[in-house]
Amino acid sequence: MSSHALQHTSPWWVFLTVAAYLIGRVVEHQTHRKALAQPVVIGIVFVGFVLAFNHVDPSEYQARTQLISFWLGPATVALAVPIHRQLDKLRAYLLPALAAISCGGLVSIIVAIVAVRTFGGDEQLARTMAPKAVTTPVSIALAQIYGGVPSLTATFTIMAGILGAVCGHSVFRLLRIQDPRIRGLAMGAASHGIGTSRSLRQSETEGAFAGLSMGISALATTFLLPVGFWIAGMR
Amino acid sequence: MASPPTPGCSGLQKIGNFVFGIAVLLSCQAIGEFLVSRLSMPIPGPIIGLILLLGLLQSHRQKQPVSVERVADFGLRHLQLFFIPAGVGVIAHLPQIRQDALPITAALLLSWLAGLISVALVALLAEKIG
Repeated sequence: MSSHALQHTSPWWVFLTVAAYLIGRVVEHQTHRKALAQPVVIGIVFVGFVLAFNHVDPSEYQARTQLISFWLGPATVALAVPIHRQLDKLRAYLLPALAAISCGGLVSIIVAIVAVRTFGGDEQLARTMAPKAVTTPVSIALAQIYGGVPSLTATFTIMAGILGAVCGHSVFRLLRIQDPRIRGLAMGAASHGIGTSRSLRQSETEGAFAGLSMGISALATTFLLPVGFWIAGMR
Repeated sequence: MASPPTPGCSGLQKIGNFVFGIAVLLSCQAIGEFLVSRLSMPIPGPIIGLILLLGLLQSHRQKQPVSVERVADFGLRHLQLFFIPAGVGVIAHLPQIRQDALPITAALLLSWLAGLISVALVALLAEKIG
């Protein structure tokens, strides 16, 4: 992010974003936490309508709300807190968790690359899709490092998060996975912060494990991404 | 994850603690970004910041509850807010997404599902063995 962009921060668009989020929280509460009623989904739709109605370019809006996106970075650092709190209880569970998150991370990277290529996407699209499971500041940085399109990676990242928040628990019910620790691990690894915030509302244990998983996953994917490219035959 | 109020802590002190917590988060991230750019590491700055903060918290375990934990709880509870501007980017990318609709939809769905299920399965398996 350039410091230049912050000078363009618009109080109106920042306010609109916060208001859209609050409306999302209210709707989530009113609908008794229906899976689709995620504050981020409602917020995006609401802001999208306001932008379309006023003929405002989305990239213009993004530049003027950097003040909000900025906090994704410190929020990633903040993940150290749930990890720190669970570390004592987790010592015994840390190895299975590490194994599961690393395996899952690698599978997610390779399936992303292979699926993009199989269904006719080019190499750049594969490099853009590959890091999409981890939290936005990390996936954007990884796209930059490994030749993807960062802003498109951010979009895919959000979509993966929304998938988790909306469909994650249906998948768990279908597979009869009830252990909140395992649900949390899977959610944090596949759907980063958006999935984690869904888990946090489900139960404290699931939320803590999701936060832990999202942190480890961001760390693991950073090192696994080149391995994934190598296995998928992309140097 | 609401933290219990600390006894004997005035409102002004709480605000001060909150600001201090934010400063800790920002300084960890800043040091992370600095190290990454100086050593040109292929690792995102906030991840280095996360490791630094974890080390810091682990070495200060006796002091509870630390102000940075309050700030972190607050921030993580409202995490979805921070994703809204990036999410609106979906609209900006709609032409590109429409053009590559099949590979994008297939890769997103399959990769997300494969990741979710393989994490859960390996965790279940590892628990049984261990």
